Amino acid sequence: MTGSPIYREHHPKWLRPRMSTWWWLEKWAFVKFILRELSSVFVAWFVVYLLLLFRAVRDGDGAYQNFLAFSANPIVLTVNVVTLFFVVFHALTWFALAPRAMVVHIGKKKVPPFLIGVGNYGGWIMVSAGIFWFLLR
Amino acid sequence: MAKSHRRPIEPLLWVLFSGGGVASAMLMPALVFLFGLAFPLGWLPATTYEHLRPVLLHPLTRLVLFGVCMLSLFHWAHRFKYTLYDGLQIKHLNEAVNTFCYGGAVVGSIVAGYVLSRLG
Amino acid sequence: MADRITMQVSRYRPEIESDAQFEEFEVPCPKDWVVLDGLNYVKDQVDGTLSYRWSCRMGVCGSCGMMVNGEPKLTCATFLSDYAPGPVKVEPLRNFPVVRDLVVEIGDFMRKLVSVKPWIIRKEEKPISQGEYLQTPDELDEYKQYSMCINCMLCYSACPVYGLDPGFIGPAAIALAQRYNLDSRDEGAAERQEILSQHEGIWGCTFVGECTEVCPKHVDPAGAIQRYKLTAATDYMKSFILPRGRKADEAKPV
Repeated sequence: MTGSPIYREHHPKWLRPRMSTWWWLEKWAFVKFILRELSSVFVAWFVVYLLLLFRAVRDGDGAYQNFLAFSANPIVLTVNVVTLFFVVFHALTWFALAPRAMVVHIGKKKVPPFLIGVGNYGGWIMVSAGIFWFLLR
Repeated sequence: MAKSHRRPIEPLLWVLFSGGGVASAMLMPALVFLFGLAFPLGWLPATTYEHLRPVLLHPLTRLVLFGVCMLSLFHWAHRFKYTLYDGLQIKHLNEAVNTFCYGGAVVGSIVAGYVLSRLG
Repeated sequence: MADRITMQVSRYRPEIESDAQFEEFEVPCPKDWVVLDGLNYVKDQVDGTLSYRWSCRMGVCGSCGMMVNGEPKLTCATFLSDYAPGPVKVEPLRNFPVVRDLVVEIGDFMRKLVSVKPWIIRKEEKPISQGEYLQTPDELDEYKQYSMCINCMLCYSACPVYGLDPGFIGPAAIALAQRYNLDSRDEGAAERQEILSQHEGIWGCTFVGECTEVCPKHVDPAGAIQRYKLTAATDYMKSFILPRGRKADEAKPV
């Protein structure tokens, strides 16, 4: 008997299940996540809508009235209702998550996350009030 | 160590995404409500052309609106890119996805800049 | 109410089958039994070949993580009676390769933990004669939450990004890096930045937030990751304003 015994290591075959394309439907938390991410599509749509508004203002009062009529078109209206939902959903989820990303220190103490949230929501209210005032006065 | 001299682009894209997130969250709800619902449905009197035009023409307004449009488009680009990766699992097509998303944002920003600069 | 419950346990024996399948076991269900007690009952009394990991049975070792009815849980901390009348499905931790039955391969996770250099890094070590590094309670508070991780990998199971791309460094590794970055005794933030700022580092995270939801120790890895994104982004912007003047080791994360 010469030489040392030859050991062949046993490597079991690992099971690697593939992640389904519909993984995000498995949990309500994932569905909410995907909806939050899809809100960005409606953000982009509203940029386009704003550019159409600016172009109408550039082209005169007639074009502006046409734009307002366009905005009353049932399809456009429906799209914008959905847009409003998603844009508000985006704002709410954004301000809820912002304090977890932004930890502010004053001296050595941490500002409580609740105050960061209040600051964000307060800013939102002020900006919205400003927009209303500029457009409705 | 291979990346030590190459400036990473991810932080910049994230900053644009975040800026866009804040800008769209702060300004869009009110604007969508007014120009998307309240004015067309007659809930509130639509801003008259005579009133709207000078407000829009003000250089500060135009600068702010350009910022909002550009940042919002980059916000969409970044978020939608990851939605395509995670939702459709097409990370291997990353060159096409990146071109579509960030390219789209660049094109949109140029258009926004052009429209806003030629308002008057 | 019921004193017995059915457990549907995933079995995978690579020497005899090519895919996992469920096997049902009826186990007692006293009020104080956890899922791990059920599994131990099966192994002791019914089928000794059932393979799974466990150790402390009190939620501090991180060994017994498994999917219970589709949610990543510590089986020593999950009561069977909560699932009455049952059945309760027990599967191996998701997003990891399955070695056998409920045992998953954790090498990738272990390597990722090491890759973030989870130790105090000093530019110059203080000699023992100069005494210990001092730290105030406030300084401890900065990182204490992130030091509570028990490496149970539930967050990796909950993370869809890791499921879709096993190259992603993952929640626990980043939280661990932050535990050291935010430690006042540490001076190694710049060294960790390279591994964290890769594409598979923090930038792969899309803030789903499920990692924090499933963490049994309330570490909040999602928060740690977002904070680090802000730090990295702030550093990046600063590097354009003061390209050479800034010393890398002054980049203390927020």
